[in-house]
Amino acid sequence: MSFLEVKNIYKSFGKTEVLKGIDFSMEKGEVLAIIGSSGSGKTTLLRCMNFLETPDTGTVSVNGNVLFSSDEPPYSDAEKREKRLHFGLVFQQFNLFPQYNVLKNVSLAPELRQLKGKKLSKAEKKEIIKQIDDNSRRLLDTVGLSDKVNNYPCELSGGQQQRVAIARALALDPDILCFDEPTSALDPELTGEVLRVIRELKTSDRTMIVVTHEMNFARGVADKVIFMADGVIEEYGTPDEVFGAPKSEKTRSFLEKSLENP
Amino acid sequence: MSFWDVTRQLADGFGITLIIFGITLVASLPLGLIITFGSMSKIPPIKWITKVFVWIIRGTPLMLQIILIFYGPGLMNWDIMLPRLTAVLVAFIINYSCYFSEIYRGGIESISKGQYEAGQVLGMTKTQIFFKIVLFQVIKRIVPPMGNEIITLVKDTSLARVIAVTELVKAAENIIAVKSILWPLFYVGAFYLLFSALLTFLLNLAEKKMNYYSG
Ligand SMILES: Nc1ncnc2c1ncn2[C@@H]1O[C@H](COP(=O)(O)OP(=O)(O)OP(=O)(O)O)[C@@H](O)[C@H]1O
Ligand SMILES: [Mg+2]
Repeated sequence: MSFLEVKNIYKSFGKTEVLKGIDFSMEKGEVLAIIGSSGSGKTTLLRCMNFLETPDTGTVSVNGNVLFSSDEPPYSDAEKREKRLHFGLVFQQFNLFPQYNVLKNVSLAPELRQLKGKKLSKAEKKEIIKQIDDNSRRLLDTVGLSDKVNNYPCELSGGQQQRVAIARALALDPDILCFDEPTSALDPELTGEVLRVIRELKTSDRTMIVVTHEMNFARGVADKVIFMADGVIEEYGTPDEVFGAPKSEKTRSFLEKSLENP
Repeated sequence: MSFWDVTRQLADGFGITLIIFGITLVASLPLGLIITFGSMSKIPPIKWITKVFVWIIRGTPLMLQIILIFYGPGLMNWDIMLPRLTAVLVAFIINYSCYFSEIYRGGIESISKGQYEAGQVLGMTKTQIFFKIVLFQVIKRIVPPMGNEIITLVKDTSLARVIAVTELVKAAENIIAVKSILWPLFYVGAFYLLFSALLTFLLNLAEKKMNYYSG
């Protein structure tokens, strides 16, 4: 049994079939890159795993626990909240909270989560907030932003904002951290700093799924690569297999095109 | 008639103006939010009934609504006759709640889906997302249009005189009709100017306070 098992995911929007039977699995500590042309369903797949969309059929299990199964009745909001915490998601557009400073962006969710509905004394509350605060600072340090804790998102570059978003997602310590084209909204000279952070997370054994158009990054960092086309996994393998010796004609032509205009 | 005599007579009118302004504001701010939820409801009948209601209220003169609420029940042979000031307040509150609701709706709809989704993937509840993430951003965005509406309210209070509620303008009119002097009108004008200037100052202050971030 693998750490993450995704089976038979189908998803349509009205008459548009977007995912047509997605199956894959990955091990703890692995980095999986998902590549594929625009509209092939990469974002939709990540959104399904993060409970932002509900698949029509299929199952998702982490560590042997079934998190989603289309055979079960629809989950309540509270159930979804518990289940989705196994996953984290870093968005293409960062989606930081503009009214909070960098530190608060990272600490807000853990605070809400740990303080909600609990009767705590002032001292206990203070202790929890302090722990979260320390942890948030540590995370901001790992993404290289310890000098920006008091700044507001609007005062940061895109690359810095995305690194805050990564720290924010890490603050809830998800089993699997998903990235949806984390560098696509960035100026080319800023992509490096974000990719470097992801690379460092890999050395600390984070399990990650990265949807990306950065072929060099996918090739250099990922343990496994999925090439998606028209809602199916067209090719799956190690970077050497997918990039070096693609079996499918579609993969080959996609890789050729992305080499021409990366 | 001396300056002080006029001032004393106008003071009562000013009190009524302040009451209309204050009560309308305090009641319409939350009521508007409820109407907003109605017009954004996922249940079609609620949504459409609310939208039509807002459309009617915003599409007809407030003066007409005041007259209707005051005389309407009596003419329909219902056994209610609202006191004049109450009728004015009811009309103002309904009218301003509808205007505010549209401003709120615009503000809420201007928040990107990404803000909600970021909250969701971080395990927040809908209530937490609304109060901890969305609300402040909405407030920041609606302060300028709300400011305009509130300044308009100051001046709209003078519509109450249509059913003989002696607010500030009516009070001045009473004086000039009896004494044949013009200057109390300018006096009253200066009152309104000062009142709006004070509100503008406060609203600008609020706007500035929230300008610590952009966007
Ligand atoms: N909420 C939705 N309603 C209707 N159609 C949708 C919705 N979300 C996505 N789609 C459609 O699903 C298809 C796949 O979209 P998706 O965003 O998953 O592709 P993608 O692989 O992430 O593409 P890109 O590389 O451009 O980000 C597209 O045709 C898109 O129009
Ligand atoms: Mg996408």
